Amino acid sequence: MAVERMAAARTAAGAGPGAAARGAPAHRGRLATAVHGAGSGAGTVLASAAVLLAFLAAWEWLPPLFDIPAYILPPASKVWSEFWRMLATERLLHHSGITALEVVAGFALGSALGALMGFVLGAAPRAELVLSPYILALQIAPKVAFAPLFVMWLGYTVYPKILVAVLIVFFPIMVNVLTAIRTVDPDLVNLARSFSATRWQIFRMIEYPATLPPLFSGLRIGATLAVIGVVVGELVGGNIGLGYLLVFGEGQGNTAMVFVTIIALTLIGIAAYGAVILVERRVLHYLPRAQHRTV
Amino acid sequence: MGSKVRIEFRRVWKRFPARGRGGGEVSAVEDVSLAVRDGEVVSIIGPSGCGKSTLLNMGAGLYLPSAGEVYVDGEPVAGPNPHVAFMLQKDLLLPWRSIRENVELGLEIRRVPAADRRARAVALIERCHLTGFESHYPHQLSGGMRQRAALARTLAVDPTVLLMDEPFSALDAQTKMVLQQDLAQTVAEEGKTALFITHDLVESIALSDRILVMSARPGRIVTEIPVSIPGREAPIRRRLDTRVGPLAARLMEELHIGEAMPAEAF
Repeated sequence: MAVERMAAARTAAGAGPGAAARGAPAHRGRLATAVHGAGSGAGTVLASAAVLLAFLAAWEWLPPLFDIPAYILPPASKVWSEFWRMLATERLLHHSGITALEVVAGFALGSALGALMGFVLGAAPRAELVLSPYILALQIAPKVAFAPLFVMWLGYTVYPKILVAVLIVFFPIMVNVLTAIRTVDPDLVNLARSFSATRWQIFRMIEYPATLPPLFSGLRIGATLAVIGVVVGELVGGNIGLGYLLVFGEGQGNTAMVFVTIIALTLIGIAAYGAVILVERRVLHYLPRAQHRTV
Repeated sequence: MGSKVRIEFRRVWKRFPARGRGGGEVSAVEDVSLAVRDGEVVSIIGPSGCGKSTLLNMGAGLYLPSAGEVYVDGEPVAGPNPHVAFMLQKDLLLPWRSIRENVELGLEIRRVPAADRRARAVALIERCHLTGFESHYPHQLSGGMRQRAALARTLAVDPTVLLMDEPFSALDAQTKMVLQQDLAQTVAEEGKTALFITHDLVESIALSDRILVMSARPGRIVTEIPVSIPGREAPIRRRLDTRVGPLAARLMEELHIGEAMPAEAF
């Protein structure tokens, strides 16, 4: 995760002011778009679909071929019928809705707090210096280990799940924003100062926009982490959410049910990640296209 | 050229705290006095790290001298002020702003109404030969065009004094000459005063009325050389003058370029 964050920060730094190669021809960005455009054509989509089909086929027919029993690895068709059963009798949509809600709430709160804390510590280097050992300790602490504690505090409600997500989302976003504020080109700040900018104007016109690319790298990481936090919270206690269905399916020895739940969780994660990407494309529209392609 | 002094350094010293634990101070600039009159272009040349940029930063009011005073338009400089604008080697364009929005930056900070800002930016974009690129983003422009946009942004706040710190040194030779020509024309037409820092001897000769030579750190001004070649507003033509060569030779001598080389190198 740390490595991922470093990479994210670096991507962001690359997007920073003055990073685009000097003397590069004006059409560079457009050329890059054209190349990528050709790469993600109909052929690629077809190939991806073929991979999915091959995977599903292997899942359906290979396990029986090797005498793997269905309670270890249920074939795709079994999982599919289990999905319909769960929709009808296990309130799959209800539990999915609760998990999705917790993910959204935890992600929104965690990223808002993380960004805010990043900005505050960025503006107060002394405070950062004083707090840095504790921030580091909290960052190293496995956040999901807090889940039982939160359940003990807040009971079998949605709140402990949201809290785990908040905690796990908070750090990558805070660190990215803080690093970005620290690495804003001091000459940019001097430029604004030479125009007699106030502290607030410097933040609003220079520092804040400069942190947006790393902030979005943090949000992408956060979107996937939020799902992890929520599921662990649900695994620990309560009778709501997809995490509960996981435990329930396990208890019943219903492997297909566990599979369906994992797929549902993945879909929620994909939706959260996709939403971040959509917003990012709109907000960071000024970046060269190629930089959006980092998955 | 008027006789009014636009920017003046009076016995300016600048010391910085030395790096490391030992304490103490490092002198960046020692006892520098200079005055630039209205409409004059003065170049400062000197070895790397001689405190040229420190001088400019004090002129812009970004930091204050340790001793001595800086005056702009007769007023002591106590911080950033509207009479001065600076331009660096880095274009410092904000990647999230279009070219027009970048040109408007200074005006926006000074709370000029949006319509006025826009009109002024569009006029300067035209003057700097960037018409058609108003809504482009910096990454879509070449290095030369980006530096043109930086010049437009500098001129947009209508400063009386331009402080330029090697603004063209990152450009290729041809682009550099075209931009020097544009800058010289603009400065002449608008009657701007400029203090220009450069490494490039011929650039300093082509663009300025006077050249100040600084010593190695701690920087002090060792010589002043007037450039009595006509055509300061057209540096491309001025470069071809026969007096440029001897003047460059004299600057090399003043800067001790070549002296440190071992004889075998020749």
